[in-house]
Order: sequence, then structure tokens, then C-alpha cells
Amino acid sequence: MTPTDAVGAMESVVERALEATKRSGASQADVVLVESDDREVRVRGEEIEFVKQAQERGLGIRALVEGKGGLRTAIVSTSDLAPAAVDRMAEEAVALARATAPDPAAGIPEGGFVTQIPDLALFDPDDRNVSLEARIDDAKRAETAAREVDPRIDNSEGSQASSGFARIVYGNSRGFMGHYESASHGLFSEPLARDGDSMQRDYWMTAGRRLSDLEDPAAVGRKAAGRVLRRLGAKRVRTCEVPVLFDGITAPSLIGQLASCLNGYSIYRESSFLSKRLGKSIASDLVTLIDDGRLPGHLGSKPFDGEGQATRRNVLVDGGRLETWLLDHYSAQKLGMVSTGSASRGVGSAPHVGTTNLWLEPGEGTLEELISEIDRGLLVTELIGMGFNPTTGDYSRGAAGLWIEKGEIVHPVEEITIAGNLGKMFEQVDRVGCELVWHGRTAAPPLRIATMTVAGE
Amino acid sequence: MSETNDPSPPAAERALAFFRDQFDLNDRSLETALDTALERKIDYADLYFEYTTTDSVSLEEGIVKSGDRHLEQGVGVRAVRGERQGYAHSDDLSLDSARIAAGTARAIADEPSARAPVAIAARVPSHDLYPVQTAPTDVPVASKVEWLGEIDRYARAKDPRITQVMASIVSQYKHILIAASDGTRVADVLPLVRVNVQVLAADGSKREVGYQGAGGRFELETLRDPKRWQALVDEAVRTALLNLEAEPCPAGTMDVVLGPGWPGILLHEAIGHGLEGDFNRKKTSAFSGKLGQRVAAEGVTVVDDGTLPGRRGSLNVDDEGTPTQRNVLIENGILIGYMQDRLNAGLMGVAPTGNGRRESYAHVPLPRMTNTFMLAGQEDPEEILKSVRHGLYAVSFSGGQVDITSGKFVFSASEAYRIENGQIGAPVRGATLIGNGPDVLTRVSRIGHDLALDEGVGTCGKDGQGVPVGVGLPTIRIDELTVGGTEG
Repeated sequence: MTPTDAVGAMESVVERALEATKRSGASQADVVLVESDDREVRVRGEEIEFVKQAQERGLGIRALVEGKGGLRTAIVSTSDLAPAAVDRMAEEAVALARATAPDPAAGIPEGGFVTQIPDLALFDPDDRNVSLEARIDDAKRAETAAREVDPRIDNSEGSQASSGFARIVYGNSRGFMGHYESASHGLFSEPLARDGDSMQRDYWMTAGRRLSDLEDPAAVGRKAAGRVLRRLGAKRVRTCEVPVLFDGITAPSLIGQLASCLNGYSIYRESSFLSKRLGKSIASDLVTLIDDGRLPGHLGSKPFDGEGQATRRNVLVDGGRLETWLLDHYSAQKLGMVSTGSASRGVGSAPHVGTTNLWLEPGEGTLEELISEIDRGLLVTELIGMGFNPTTGDYSRGAAGLWIEKGEIVHPVEEITIAGNLGKMFEQVDRVGCELVWHGRTAAPPLRIATMTVAGE
Repeated sequence: MSETNDPSPPAAERALAFFRDQFDLNDRSLETALDTALERKIDYADLYFEYTTTDSVSLEEGIVKSGDRHLEQGVGVRAVRGERQGYAHSDDLSLDSARIAAGTARAIADEPSARAPVAIAARVPSHDLYPVQTAPTDVPVASKVEWLGEIDRYARAKDPRITQVMASIVSQYKHILIAASDGTRVADVLPLVRVNVQVLAADGSKREVGYQGAGGRFELETLRDPKRWQALVDEAVRTALLNLEAEPCPAGTMDVVLGPGWPGILLHEAIGHGLEGDFNRKKTSAFSGKLGQRVAAEGVTVVDDGTLPGRRGSLNVDDEGTPTQRNVLIENGILIGYMQDRLNAGLMGVAPTGNGRRESYAHVPLPRMTNTFMLAGQEDPEEILKSVRHGLYAVSFSGGQVDITSGKFVFSASEAYRIENGQIGAPVRGATLIGNGPDVLTRVSRIGHDLALDEGVGTCGKDGQGVPVGVGLPTIRIDELTVGGTEG
């Protein structure tokens, strides 16, 4: 089947589902259909440890049925695309919707649908032919390179390569029908190093829409090796309050947590610590946070969101000032605002708010320069645990990293926690570095927080 | 052989009949698909058929805004040779797609093989741990909607500071059929239910969330008893209001008392993952090579038991068809066993322990925990608290994580108090505990007699796969654990 035929076949399934849902009694409906083709390989040492291949389909139907004062909503999903099965799922969706309560804010957007689908370079057609052998070779090169760096690297959790392709078709009862095709490729290497009784692991990864976007496999292995070796001999430190620097791997988690507190649902529920702060200064003037679904070739890009709305560039925080919430149609209705094109949608879920490509605008100074400015403090290279409360902003997570004295790294540290309050932490950002490297959908340059509590011995 | 004359428990028989009647999958077709995989020289192949219905109904702002219903069906085929695994899956539940997947999975091996055809021999599951009269997904949505309304009204009536109530009822009913090249053929039907209550309390500008949930593999009706669900709401409301008054948490090393039940998540993170067979076979765990050594204080016995009736982490058979069992991991402080799936057990030359689990047909099995807990000791919990001069009493947790290799683990308290001179003091918020897995249990200095299992809400993540698990703990005292707060 040619790509055009494949999309045509998918569109007819979506048409059928929309018609069946309306025929069963829905006044509005939307349908998403995803077809994916995924491969994954893992090499550990000399051995090809794991090879996986799968093709999957998923159909999601949202039915909205007229009720007193609003619409009643239900979502159903299935992988069975046979016409009779689609008709049955549509009927089930409507029956389920009738059991729920009318909600004045529920509904499909009336407009704002993307009119022209831009080419966002979400895949390279040549990559479709990539063989499992080629990806096994990438994983082998990363694995070998990692193990060759140092004799103390004598083991690993392996090196993993993946390639996934997807076609997405979305249609709704307002007559909108759109589709796009995307791909994502990744390479991940996780070596172990040993020195006496101490054993450590760390990783490096690369990911992109096109195979040609990926870093060289040997470089991935070598960077992973460098990261694990510098953790050997890690010590604890005494409990203290010091400046804390986050590197390009750990800083993105902070901005992801900040963005989660701008989610329209937690705003109308007042369950975000920022829910009353729109238009106010919420962070240091060094903080400019942007979410943009239209960056060509980026992993978070898509031409339209989970409700067919055109994606766009949203400046969330500009020089410390909170500019907008992230909104889908429903949360926008609840707040008397309009969607920011931020609806995310899986086949089995109602639209919800998500980020696309989220990043913190780079400032000045390399990581080395930022380290050299610290008299006594911590560089955080790994965070573990879930210790963040979006309602209060309370933040307390396990960390590992490198201890800094007089502008130089003196030893690795582990088994410590760093704690503060996310709101105060962003107010106290006093340095933002210049290096912005994308490893996924969220990126941030190294950033420094003036002071946090480090708990240790 | 006859399928109808198996002396199987009802769940296994219902599952077999389901796949035979709905998808025409009988022993003959399972043998054919397995034979396809065995055309190449491999050690072992297995098929995992799944048909799962999940529904969830959720309430917010006093109304049930949405109902969801999801059907997940498919087959996963695996071929194993040495340490190599080939895996393929399809969302089509048919013999043809199983054969195609088998053709893909066997690609890890290139030599042809002339092996005798597979002969399926029915295996009889030894347990029937979760029989239900009514599939939870068959309970009418209307009655779930009504129930959520009662939860909402009850929660709001409890305190005027409760400004939001979010509640949901999640029901799952899963049929599985497993067939393997050694002739194994088992089937099961697994119910799983869960009720979640989350409330937001507001006082002036202060806001706090409180959460409580309960669930397991039993009739949804069990939780419909007002005594059961009202207790959940009471807990959610109590913790939200308590945290409104909570003070910032101290930072530093101090003695910690863990309450009974859900704080058993400590065992799951600090030692459980480190005792999974794959990490130990690969020697990537901080516990590798420590069998027979002391890893916990005297008196500490830790068990992983998949055979507890009705528990969230329980299974009649694991996802490779091995019957679950009670596995003692640490006995009186000495490490005596790991948790194994078939692959890792085979490579380590030991028997599988019934811990081979997967999230769905689209995932490969891994050694995983079921219900993990510490056996009760002798001491009075009150006396344990009294023994601490200055420390932290942690009663409930929101989650945790571990680095298997370095052994460092962390978990976050959702309800904790200072202890001053043996007395429970002010509540504190945002407490995180961090420690070293192979070492933390050696510092358990007192064990209470009050072992409790959790309410049935745990989900464990590993390699991107989530599976339901249970934990349990008596009140224990751990000397000198690092507490990560903001107050130095």
C-alpha cells in the first residue's frame, strides 16, 4: 500500500466511526486513529540481547450527547477496526455518554482548525527502509565504544536503539479531517563502572525525527562512559545550604514541572500553586519559557493538536512574567479563554493539556564557566524520586552529582536530597547558561539556583 | 486431550472457553503457531494472548463528566535462545497473526532446526485466588455514577474547607492464555478494581491535596460497602486538612519510624528491585553475589508472596504460566533468594519463582515483584515511637525510586510528623527519605507486631512497564536515615 492509500484507508475508518457515532445519537464527536510500526533492539556486551518488532493500530472515539444544559461525554477505544466492531464501539460510546452528566463546558471546538498543514520535517521517507541489522549495528557501536573507554567499565545494562513510525488521522463532527506522519529514532547507552566496592551506572542518549539527526553511536557510548566514570568514588556531604547548578540533563525536569503547574485543568481546579499568578512575576528575569509545536524536525512538533487546533508558539513565561496558561478547548472554556493549541490526545484518553517542544531560553556562559563561578556548591547530574507537590510547590528529590569548591569539581556526591519550593527556586535562578541541547521534547540549558537545602550526613 | 475434562479451577476454564469460542484458539492452533517459531534453532518459545476490558468513570466538580471504556487485545510471541530474546506482537487475536509474529520473533536465530512438534499438555493452576461472580466491567455504569455522587456529597459534608473532590472508579477484566514450547498451556481470568478519592482543601491562601485509594482482585461490590469507601474519604480529607497545618520538614540524618502498611514501599524500592533475577544474572545490582550474606538486621524477614487471595499484586499464574508462590527473600537478616522469570532462572540454573510479569501482550516478561512485605516482630508500636528522642514518623508515602546499581533509593512522604522525646509532634510536609538499599535494613532496630498490607493501589514501573503490586510492613524503627527537607 502506498502512503496515500494507507491514509485514505484510515480516513474511511474515521469517517465510518464519526457517522456511526452520530447515527447512534451523538450530537458531536471526534475520532483519532493511529497506526504505528516500531522496532527496538538491545545489545549488551557482545550479545544481541533483545529484538522487538510490532505493528499496532488504535481507534479512539469521543461521543458527546445532548443533555439538559450541556453535553454528556464518553471515550471508547479499540484496536479492532472491522466495520462491525467500529459500529459497535460507536454505539457503546453513545450509551456510555448517556450515563454521564451534562457539562456546559464540554464540546468540540467550533473553529481554530488548522487550514494548511505545514511540512514540519517529522520524518525522512528513506528511514522507513532502515533494517533491524542497521539499528543493531548502531547499538553495538555505542556499546563497544562505552566499554573501550576504561577498564573499570566492565558491565552494562546494554545499549538500545529504536525506530518508530506513526500515522495519525483526526476527524470531527465539525467537518475537520487532518493527518500527519511522524517518526522517532533513538539510541541509548547505559554502562556500569566498578572501582573496589563501588558500582555506578549512568547513561547518554540521542533522539530525533530522522536517523540523520542522531549523534554518532560511538560518541553516545563515550559520553555515557564519561558520565559513569566521574561518579565513581562518590561521597555524601554534610547537610548545608548552597548554590545548586542543574546540568542540561536535570534542568529540563525543572521546567517540565513548572509547565505542569500552568496546565489549564490545575488552574480552574485551583490545584496549582500558580493558579492566581497570571500576569505576575513568578520567576527571575532570566527565565523565559517557551512552548512551540512548530519547530521543524523536533520531537514535540505536530501540525495540529489533539483537537485539530493549529499548533503554535506560546511564550509561557517572559523575563519572569507569567504570560499564559497551557489550554485545550475544555480547560479554556472553564476559564473563559481560548485554546492555546495544547491538546494532547492518545487513542484511549480524552484530550488533556500537554507541552510540545518546551524550552528555557539560553542565557550566557558555558557549563564550565558556571561551575567556575561557584565558591562552594553542587552540580546536579541525576535526580530520582517524585518529590514534587504542584499544589504547594514543595520540592524535595534524591540527587547525585558533583561537588564544587572554589570553582572546581572536587568529587562526586550521592545519597543526598535537594529541597526547596519550586516557586522560590525559579525566583532564585541567578544564572542561565548558553548551551541548549535537545534530548527529547523538553530542553533547558544549565541553570543555577542561588540557594537550596542539601541534606546528607 | 480434552479441554472440558480438565479439573481446572473455574477461572482457568472460563478463560480457555473464552479464547476457544471467541477467537477459535484451541490446542491445535497453539501448537501450529509454536511450531512456526521452532523451525529455527531456539531454546524456548511462548505465546501470550490477552483480551482486556477496562472502564473508568470519574467525577469532578460534583458531576460525572466522562466515562471511558477501552478494549485491549492482542498476542505477543517470544523466541528465546541463550540470553537472546526475539519479540513480536500484534493487536489481532488470531492464529494467523500469532504465526506471523512467531516468524518475526524467531529471527534472533538463523539455523534451521528439526524438532519434534509441540504437544500441548494442559497445566492445572494450583490456585483460584480471585473468583468473582460479576465482572467489575459488567457492573452497570449507572450504579458507578450514583456511587461517585455519594462519595462527593459525603466528602464535601465533612469540612467546609474541602473545595474540590475528584473521585474515580476503575474496573478491569482481563483474560489471558499462555502456551509455550515445553507444552505449557494455562489460562486465567483476572479482575482488578480500584476506587480513588482526591480532595483539595483550601484555607485562606493555603491549599493542600489529600488522596486515598483502595483496590484489589475482588468484587467491586466489596468496596461499595459504605464503611469501606467512607473510610477512604475520611483519610483523604484528614490528610489534606492535616497538611494545611504542616510545617516545613527538617533536613539531615535522624532516626525514622515507619508506620504499618503502605510504608512497605521502602522494601519495594530499597531491596525488592535489587533482588530481581535479571539484575543479579547480569551482576548489575548492588545485591549481586550477596546470597547467603547478611543484608538486614536480625529479626528481619522479607517475603514476596503472589498467592494472597484477592490482593492487587496476586496472580494464579505469572505471565509465563508459572504458578505463583511465597518466596522468602530475606530470612532473619540473611539474603536467601531472588525473584525469577523463566529466562533468568534458566540462565542462573535455578527454578522460576512465579515472578515473570508483563504489562500486556505488547511487553516482554521481566522478573517483577507481587506482594512484598516484612513479617511482624514482637514490639508494641507505641514503645517503638517512645524509643526515639528526635526523629521522624512517616505514615504514608506518595512514591519512590531506586538506582539498582548504586543501591541508592528515595521515597516521598505524604504524611509525616516530627518525633520529640518519644512523642509524635508537628506534622511536616515534603519529606523525602534517601538511603542505600544493601545497608538500610541492617539499621532496623525495632520491629512492631502490627504487620499490615497496603490498601491495594500500588503500581510498579520497570523498563516502561507498569504492573499492579502490593506492599506491607509492621511499624519499624530505622536508625539514622537521611531526611530531605528544607529546615537545616
